[in-house]
Amino acid sequence: MTATVEPKRAARRDPTQRLPVPALALAGVAVMFFALPFVGLLWRAPWSRAWDVLTTDSVRTAFLLSIRCSLWATVLSIVFGVPVAWLLARVEFPGRGIVRALCTLSMVLPPVVGGVALFFSFGRRGLFGQYLDKWFGVTLPFSTKGAVLAQTFVAMPFLIRTMEAALRQLDRRFEDAARTLGASRWYVFRRVTLPSVRPALVAGSVLAWARALGEFGATITFAGNFPGTTQTMPLATYIALERNPEEALILSLVLVAVSFAVLVGLRDRWLGGVVASRAG
Amino acid sequence: MRVAGARCLLSALAAAGLLTAACGDDDERVPPSATTDGPASGDIASGAVAAGDITVFAAASLTDAFTELGAAFGAANPDARVTLNFASSSDLAVQIGEGAPADVFASADQPNMAKVTDGAGTIEAPEVFATNRLEIIVEPGNPLGIAGVADLADPDLIVVTAAPEVPIGKYAEEVLTKAGVAVTPSSLEENVKAIVSKVVLGEADAGIVYATDVRAAGSDAEGVEIPAELNVIATYPIAVPSGSANRDSAAAFIDFVLSPDGQAILASYGFGSP
Repeated sequence: MTATVEPKRAARRDPTQRLPVPALALAGVAVMFFALPFVGLLWRAPWSRAWDVLTTDSVRTAFLLSIRCSLWATVLSIVFGVPVAWLLARVEFPGRGIVRALCTLSMVLPPVVGGVALFFSFGRRGLFGQYLDKWFGVTLPFSTKGAVLAQTFVAMPFLIRTMEAALRQLDRRFEDAARTLGASRWYVFRRVTLPSVRPALVAGSVLAWARALGEFGATITFAGNFPGTTQTMPLATYIALERNPEEALILSLVLVAVSFAVLVGLRDRWLGGVVASRAG
Repeated sequence: MRVAGARCLLSALAAAGLLTAACGDDDERVPPSATTDGPASGDIASGAVAAGDITVFAAASLTDAFTELGAAFGAANPDARVTLNFASSSDLAVQIGEGAPADVFASADQPNMAKVTDGAGTIEAPEVFATNRLEIIVEPGNPLGIAGVADLADPDLIVVTAAPEVPIGKYAEEVLTKAGVAVTPSSLEENVKAIVSKVVLGEADAGIVYATDVRAAGSDAEGVEIPAELNVIATYPIAVPSGSANRDSAAAFIDFVLSPDGQAILASYGFGSP
C-alpha cells in the first residue's frame, strides 16, 4: 500500500507548481476544446421538453439496457483483462509484443469495422460463431449478448493498458516478501498485488466502462438496433437524431451527465492510479 | 452511344452559351472554360453554369447511380468538381439543417426533403427525379424459399428492416401493414445499405430494401418481388438548398439528372422515371 500512497502525497504537497506560460496557454486551449462541445450541447438543449423526453418508455428502456450492457462489458473486461495484463506485465514469453498489440488493436480499429470483424468470427456464418450456432444453438448477432460482446471488444483494451502499466511499476519486493513467508501465488495476488494496484484497477474499469457506455459502431453493426435487446443509448440517440434532433440532445446529455458524475466521483482513486503508475 | 454523345455535346454547348451570356459583367473576353475556376459563381446571374465545386448530398440508396452521374457530369463539365456525400436522407437533412455545405440534396423520400424546405429552404421547389419500389432481399438462391411478404412472419426467420425514422423503414412498415403481416424484426437498421450488408453477410435471412439495392448487390443477394398492390413507390425529390454557395452549377447538376442522359444512368441502376 505504502508504495502507492507515498508518491500521491508527494504530488499533493506542491499544488501550486507553476507551468510555463506557453504550456498554460496550450492547456487552456485544450480544456476549452473539450468543454465547448458540451457547452454547445447545453446551449441547444430544449430544457422545457427534457422531462417529457426522459420519462418516455423508449428512453428508459435504452438507458437501462445501456447500463446493463456496459456493466456486463466491464465485468468481462476485468475478469479476462486483469489476467491478460498480468501476463503481459510479468511473464516473458516469445511474441509478447505481438500479443500486446493484438489486445489493443481494437482501440484503433474503426468500430464499424470491428463490428464486421465480429461477424466474421462470432457471426452465425463466422469462423467460430457457426459452431456456437451448430453445437449450442447460440447466435450472438442481434442479441443483448452480442451487444455486450461488441462493447467488451472495444472496452477491454483500456483496462488491460492501465493494469499492465500499474503491474509493471509495482515494487515486487512486497510480493517476494509474502512469498518467502509462505503465501501461495494466488494468496499473494489477492492480498498483496491486487490491493497495491487497486487505483489502477478502478481507473481501468471506469475507462473501460465509459468506453462501453458510449460504444456505437461495433454495437450497431454486430448487434443491430432493436429497442430492448440491442438499442443502447448511443444507438437510440443516433436514431432520434433522424427524427427529432432535440430528443437526441437530451439523450446524449443523459449519457454525458452519468459519465461525468462517475468520473468526478472516482476522481481521487483515479488520480491515485495515475500518480502511482507515473511515480513507479 | 452516338445519340448520348450528341446530347452531351448539346448540353455542353448550351451550358457554354448560358455561361457567355451570364458573365457579361465579369470578363467578356475570357473563353467560357476558363472563366470560373473557383466556386465563386454566386454573383453570376442565374443560368446553368457548371463550374467550381459542388457538393451533392444524396440518399444512401443512390450511392452507385449518383457516383456514375457525378462522373458523367464531371466529364461533360470539366470545370466542375462534384463531391458526393451519401448517408440516410434523414442524416443528410439534419446535416443541411445544421448548415452543412450542400449544393444539391437528393432525398429518398418527401418528408426529409420537407425538413429542408421547411427549415433553411430551397432555391426552387423540389422536383421528383426518380422512383423506386421495394423488394425482399434474400441470400443467393433463396435457400429458405421465401416467396413473399407473408413468409416474413415466420418467427424463426431473422428479418432485418430499418427504423421508422429512415425512409426505407417507413416504406417497409407500409408494405407490411398493407399485407396485414406482423413481422418482428431482429434489428431496425439505420440505413438501407446496412440491411443489405446483414443479408449479404448471411447474418439475416431477409430484409425489405429498394429494388435498386438488390440489383446493386449483384450475385451476393437475390430479390423476391413484392406485388404492385402491396408495394410502395418511393419518390425521390431533388433541390438546391438555399445555403448553396454555387447555385448555378447546382442547378446545372439537377438539370443533368433530369435530362435524358441522367435518366438513362438512373434507369441502368433500376430506378423508375418520375
